[in-house]
Amino acid sequence: MKKLVILGAGTAGTTMVNKFHRVMDPMDWEITIVDHNETHFYQPGFLFIPFGVYNEEDVIKPKRDFFPKGVNVVMEIIEKIVPAENKVYLKDGTELVYDYLIIATGSDIAPEETEGLKDKLWQKCIFDFYTIEGAMKLAEFFKTWEGGKLVINITEMPIKCPVAPLEFAFLADWFFTKKGIRDKVDIHFVTPLSSAFTKEKCAEVMSDYLIEKNIKTTVDFSTGRVDNDNQKIISWDDMEVPFDCLVTVPTNKGNDCIARSGMGDELNFVPTDKYTLRSKAHENIFVIGDATDLPSSKAGSVVHFQSEVLFENLMSVIEGREMKARFDGHANCFIESGFGKALLIDFNYETEPLKGQYPVPLIGPFSLLQETRMNHFGKLMFKWTYWNLLLKGRDIPVSNEMSMKGKIQE
Amino acid sequence: MSTIELLGRQIEVDSDGNLKNLNDWNEDIASEIASLEGIEQLTDRHWLVINFMRKEFIEKGDGPTVRRLTKESGIDTKELYALFPKGPAKKAARIGGIPKPKGCI
Ligand SMILES: Cc1cc2nc3c(=O)[nH]c(=O)nc-3n(C[C@H](O)[C@H](O)[C@H](O)COP(=O)(O)OP(=O)(O)OC[C@H]3O[C@@H](n4cnc5c(N)ncnc54)[C@H](O)[C@@H]3O)c2cc1C
Repeated sequence: MKKLVILGAGTAGTTMVNKFHRVMDPMDWEITIVDHNETHFYQPGFLFIPFGVYNEEDVIKPKRDFFPKGVNVVMEIIEKIVPAENKVYLKDGTELVYDYLIIATGSDIAPEETEGLKDKLWQKCIFDFYTIEGAMKLAEFFKTWEGGKLVINITEMPIKCPVAPLEFAFLADWFFTKKGIRDKVDIHFVTPLSSAFTKEKCAEVMSDYLIEKNIKTTVDFSTGRVDNDNQKIISWDDMEVPFDCLVTVPTNKGNDCIARSGMGDELNFVPTDKYTLRSKAHENIFVIGDATDLPSSKAGSVVHFQSEVLFENLMSVIEGREMKARFDGHANCFIESGFGKALLIDFNYETEPLKGQYPVPLIGPFSLLQETRMNHFGKLMFKWTYWNLLLKGRDIPVSNEMSMKGKIQE
Repeated sequence: MSTIELLGRQIEVDSDGNLKNLNDWNEDIASEIASLEGIEQLTDRHWLVINFMRKEFIEKGDGPTVRRLTKESGIDTKELYALFPKGPAKKAARIGGIPKPKGCI
């Protein structure tokens, strides 16, 4: 009996278990998936919770609903991986032996990395929206907040879903306008990047929207600490931004089990070949999703594109063939811009987001880098796609490699 | 193709404005770029960072992040920002004649 072990049953782990289960002969293969949490969170939905668009029930489902029959499901904390022994140790002492391992342990926020962030104002007037608890607490807070300085701050890069903080700013503009108190809310977007977004073309478009929506932007601000007494964030080079409500996107890190295994970089991300998705250090270990150190976006859509490549390449390794599939860094994100509209960007390692049309059979085309209602419906439709196609490892009507079709080149 | 004039020479730069060819770089060029970035005098501490950036780039094909810099160079974050205000990794890369470290997105 050969053994495939998958660590983490979030977006990536669940997708992979479904893909491999479909083709692996149960007489020859034992597939095991490990996670410590019975609940699957639709994380893209967290963005909408503070504004009352979604509530908790909209973003959770039992993980087990998505596992195929015949797969060995283990609910326990992963203690560490010991590649030299081809073994994974769980917290309760269980040892799992593997022939092949897929690491899909994701990334989480680490507010404790920043002095004063998780202090006396935490969840009083400092909130995150990258966790269900944070998003729910913020929704409560916004219900009665009468306005003041709202600061949205990215502590340091990289973060998962790098467009989410911008979307938060746009939605806040819409939410407080609708509430009739927009004139009392001063929205300020504070980022360590040198522009509104990492990709230049998209950054230009985004900064136009920020200006149009009367959102103040401060760039090149690397958050060093939070002064709780004076309600200010202070950068490493002593710039200060005062807040009445701070919405923080804290440092993002890979899971501690990666550090315990000595397999991560300084942020616990696993060094991974950016084209094959194989671990740089171990030939029988593959890595996918937010757990990797790849220079691609940490996003659910990216997980989907990676899943095809990982599947092909691991099958090749198992069957003794050369790995042929290459991940091109393809990412595809809807950017919610408020008032029932959104933008769509599509890019990869080499190509920046461009304007034009994005063809999708049956429903398509979506406009690229432009605000439309259709894109907003695309964003809402992503939830259905996520639960019904993506997690089940099925094809979605979007090609795996980025295509230039419909894109306008200057 | 874009170029920049440094010490009377036209030198090729990439779309971020960083030097395109490692070999166009030398210590005088570095001092010249530093002064354009508002750093008048490159101290030993600056050089420690710049040399570490170049070494990492040559070994790994990408410059380090600020986090890696603090962990590996022994200079803490506060001092890094004092040496290279606003963006230590970005600025030290430019002065060191290597491409801007890839921001992960
Ligand atoms: C606010 C927000 C908005 C987003 N918006 C979008 C969007 O619009 N579009 C988009 O494409 N993406 C979006 N994303 C990103 C997307 O959700 C993630 O990129 C994606 O879920 C990553 O999948 P993953 O499998 O790598 O990690 P995850 O889905 O986070 O899964 C990791 C799993 O590993 C388990 N695990 C980790 N460590 C251990 C351990 N030691 N022991 C046991 N189990 C462990 C965890 O319990 C978890 O189930 C958003 C994310 C956030 C936070």
